[in-house]
Order: sequence, then C-alpha cells, then structure tokens
Amino acid sequence: MISTYEAGLLADVGILLLGALSVYIILATGQLSLGNAGFMGIGAYIASFLTVELHWPLTAALIAAAFVASAIGVVVGFPALRLKGIYLAMATLGFGEMVRSFFLGFERMGGSAGYRGMQHVSLGYIWAWAAGALLLVMTLERSRMWLEMRAVHDDETAAGLVGLNTTLTKIGAFGFGGAVAAIAGGLFAHQYVYIEPANFGFERSIDFVLAVILGGSTVGVGALIGAALLVLLPEWLRFLTDWRLAAFGVLLILVLLTRRQGILDRALLAKLTLRRSAS
Amino acid sequence: MLLQQIVNGLTLGAVYTLIALSFSLVMGMLSILNLAIGELFMLGGYLGFAVIAANMPLAVAIVAGMLGSLAVAVVIEKIAYEPLRNAPLITPMLSTLGFSIILQNLVTNVWGSDPLQLPTELFDRRISLGAVNVGLMQIVVIAVAVILVGAVAFLIQRTPAGRALRAVAENRDVARLLGVSAGRITLLAFALSGALAGAAGVLISLHYGAITPYIGVDTGLKAIAVMVIGGATRVWGALLAGPLIGIAEVLTVAYGGSQMRDLVVYGLMILILLLRPQGLLGGARSDIGQRL
Repeated sequence: MISTYEAGLLADVGILLLGALSVYIILATGQLSLGNAGFMGIGAYIASFLTVELHWPLTAALIAAAFVASAIGVVVGFPALRLKGIYLAMATLGFGEMVRSFFLGFERMGGSAGYRGMQHVSLGYIWAWAAGALLLVMTLERSRMWLEMRAVHDDETAAGLVGLNTTLTKIGAFGFGGAVAAIAGGLFAHQYVYIEPANFGFERSIDFVLAVILGGSTVGVGALIGAALLVLLPEWLRFLTDWRLAAFGVLLILVLLTRRQGILDRALLAKLTLRRSAS
Repeated sequence: MLLQQIVNGLTLGAVYTLIALSFSLVMGMLSILNLAIGELFMLGGYLGFAVIAANMPLAVAIVAGMLGSLAVAVVIEKIAYEPLRNAPLITPMLSTLGFSIILQNLVTNVWGSDPLQLPTELFDRRISLGAVNVGLMQIVVIAVAVILVGAVAFLIQRTPAGRALRAVAENRDVARLLGVSAGRITLLAFALSGALAGAAGVLISLHYGAITPYIGVDTGLKAIAVMVIGGATRVWGALLAGPLIGIAEVLTVAYGGSQMRDLVVYGLMILILLLRPQGLLGGARSDIGQRL
C-alpha cells in the first residue's frame, strides 16, 4: 500500500503526462505551444463547474470540457497558419496568459480567490485517463495520419506540394492537444479539489514542454519518462534543502547538453525493445 | 489625474522598453527566446538594491546591476547557448530556462523570498509641474532609459560592431563568409542584452520602491509582449511599444480594474501578431520565424 504522499506524486506524474502529451501532439506538426496551461485551465474550470454546480458525473464533465477546449484549440490554431516558429510560440504564450488573467477577473468562479467544492478523485482514475491517452498517442504514431503530421513538421511546403492538407493537420493538432490538456486540467481540479488562476500560468506551460523535451521529443513514451523525471527529481534532490531547485536547473542543463534529443529517442527505444532499428 | 497616470505609465514603459530591447537583441538576431532574461533583470534589481542599501550613489547601483547581469549573460551564452547553437530552437530556450531556475533559487537563498523595501527617503523628493506631481526617481528612470536606448541605437547603427551584429542577424552564413566572427558577435549580443536587463532591474526597483524574486517572470513575459508589439527586429519598435504598453497598463488599472491589465496587454500582442506579425515598426519581411 502506498502512502497518501506517494499517491499524490504519482497523480502529479499522470496529470503532467497528459499535459506533456498535449504539447507533444502539437509539436509533432512542428508547432511549439507555450500556452497549453491555458487549455488546462479552461478544462479545470469547465469540469469543476459541471461537477460542482450541475452535479454531472466526472467522466461526462471531462469529456464536455475536452470538447470545448478542443473547439478553442481550433480557434487558436488559426493564427498558426500565419505564424511560424518562435512567433507562433509567443502567440500561444499570449493566449495562455490571457486565459489566466480572464479567470483572475471571472468572479463567478471565484476570481483570484480560487474555486473549491470538487470531489477528490482516485489515483487509478487519473492513471486510467493518462494511460489511455498515452496508448492512444502511441497507436496514432503508427498511423498514416501521424506520418502526415511528421511530414508537415519536417517540411511544410513539400508536404503541401504532395497534396497533404497542411491546414487541417496543423489546426487539428491544436484541437487534439487542447482536448488532452483540458482533461489534464479537469483531473488536476479534482485531485487538488481547489483551483486558482495561478495554477495555470506560464510555468505550467513550460513544465509540459520541458517534460516532452527531457523525455525525448520524437517518441510518445518520452513524455512519460519526462513527466516522471520532472515530478520525482525534485523529490530525490530534497536532501539539498534550499538548493534543490538550483541543482535541478544544473541537471536540466546537463541533460540538454549531453542528450539534446531527449533521454529517449527512436534508436534507444529500438535497442530497449530488442528490435532492429528501422533506419 | 489623467496626466498623472500617463507620467506613471511612461516610467513603467521606459523599463519595459529596456527589457524588450534586451529580448530583441538575442531574439531578433538568433531567433531564440532567452528565458533567463527575466531573471537577469531580477538579479540586476537585487544587485542595485544591495548597492543602494550600502549607501552608495544611484549611479553606482545602476552600473553594478548592469555589470553583474552582463557577466551572468556571458556565462549563459557560453554554457547554455553556444554548444546548442545547431539544435532545434526549443533546446537552447530550455537550457536558458535552466539558468533562470538557478538564478531564482540563488537570489531567494541570498536575499530571502519576501519583498525588500528601498529606503523611503529616495522617493520623498517630488517635483510639481502644474497639475502633475513627478517623483525625482521617475525622472531618473526615464532619463536613464532614454540614455541607454540611445547608446544601444548608436552602437547598432553607427559602429563596426553594430554593423557586424546586423549582418549576422540578416544572414549568419553570409556574414561569416565576409569575415565577421559570428561567435564573437553573438557573445556581444548576449552581453549587451544582459547589461540592459540588469539596468532595467535597478530601474524597476526604483519605480516600485521594492523588489521580489518573482518579479522576473511577470515583467519578463510582459516585455516579450512589448517586443512583439513593437517589432522584434528593430530597436525603435521597443521605444514606441514600451511607453504605449506602460500607459495602456496604468490606464486600464486606473479605469478598468487591475484584472483587466494583463488581458489588454496580451490581447494587444495577439492582435498585432495576427494583423502585423513583424510588429508596429518592423521591416517588411513577410516570412518571419524559422522552423522548429
């Protein structure tokens, strides 16, 4: 039997895994989102509203929140058509900050005082969603759709020239990513049974990106490694007391310098699963 | 009342201009977001605070803030950027984030996480100009910002180093073929960017009369918005957008409530990105932004 504290850490890993996957899906089309905490916040607030005020069951509330966030993701995805690279990243950053400051002024759901009243959810339920999303992404990675996404990532112009619908791919990725982040948010709200706008700021968005890049940005399982590392590493560094965050920063830089493709990549994955590398 | 708010907005805007310039020196050139700039800015503020607390003159505080942040910026370039120059853009962005985590932890351990107040006698001297009451510190903030922007503009537009900088920004490979040492110029851009952030840190602590370790994230993100609105590739963009955002922010707080503040700033940024991605004063490059 695990302690409440350990269960809390594992729940954090599951929620972060969902957040990381939401970034991973968008990144697979070559777009960096620094605003996924915005989708997470939308999901958290909608799911909490539905369960607390309208007494919906949690699963239904999560699905509804995912649909709304997905629609918003599609709307956010449109600027993606005009912007590239770091400019797109900055636009998404602006989106995330706008969502945060919107909830800060949204008195109906507590504003800056936060919102409470949710029922605590079990660890197994969180991991059912997290594992389900991971399996879904891993299945998709073997599909033709994912190949199209990678093609847009590698060379958008060429992908368009061979007849791929790059617009649909890029906007669809934002819709899908937004939905996954919203589920992470809904679970977060029902794990901590209290949410405030500061939970969904820039640091959270950066955490998602960090988990993807640390774990390995070319394979979906990388998000799992990254999420686990990001939650557990500060715990292991606890003996450093006041300096553990600095030590975490140093380790982060060291990992990036030695393995810029992330801890896990296709080659390592092939070696681990004892399969002959395709390339 | 309105005029008073505009003066307050101008002071805040002057600081935004400096940090936005700091971002655009590395971002306009290298297309990377140096996420440690917010923390360099915070570090500069604390260094300046330490000097003022030791009863030394203001000018020394500003120079100390600039030099301290400049030194750290050079270290960041050497460790976090240079080895990862050929990696996808996200990687150096996250390695600078590593430095930002380290700096924030360092400052919290040295100076504590509670806000530090500057001696109040600094802010007692006020000058009345008709209906407007201007603090002496506000004049200092604006004057220093104007001098620094002027100096950077001169350096970029008129000196050989500045010409080399613009050449690398335009096309790194061609610049190198023409004999520009791109590595050295990159280091110069980081150093300048650090010095500007450090100065801005000292100035913001003069503006608010206090400093906390968490000021870097909030103001840093705001400065990114200022940079985008003005145009990341031009010096003059930040000079226009800084005061614009400063005044817009102060006015929304005064007349629309403080919750609206960030909504207005980031809304404006997204609007600009959609309508005029190169920024208000940016050049005519239609296809900006590299692949990730």
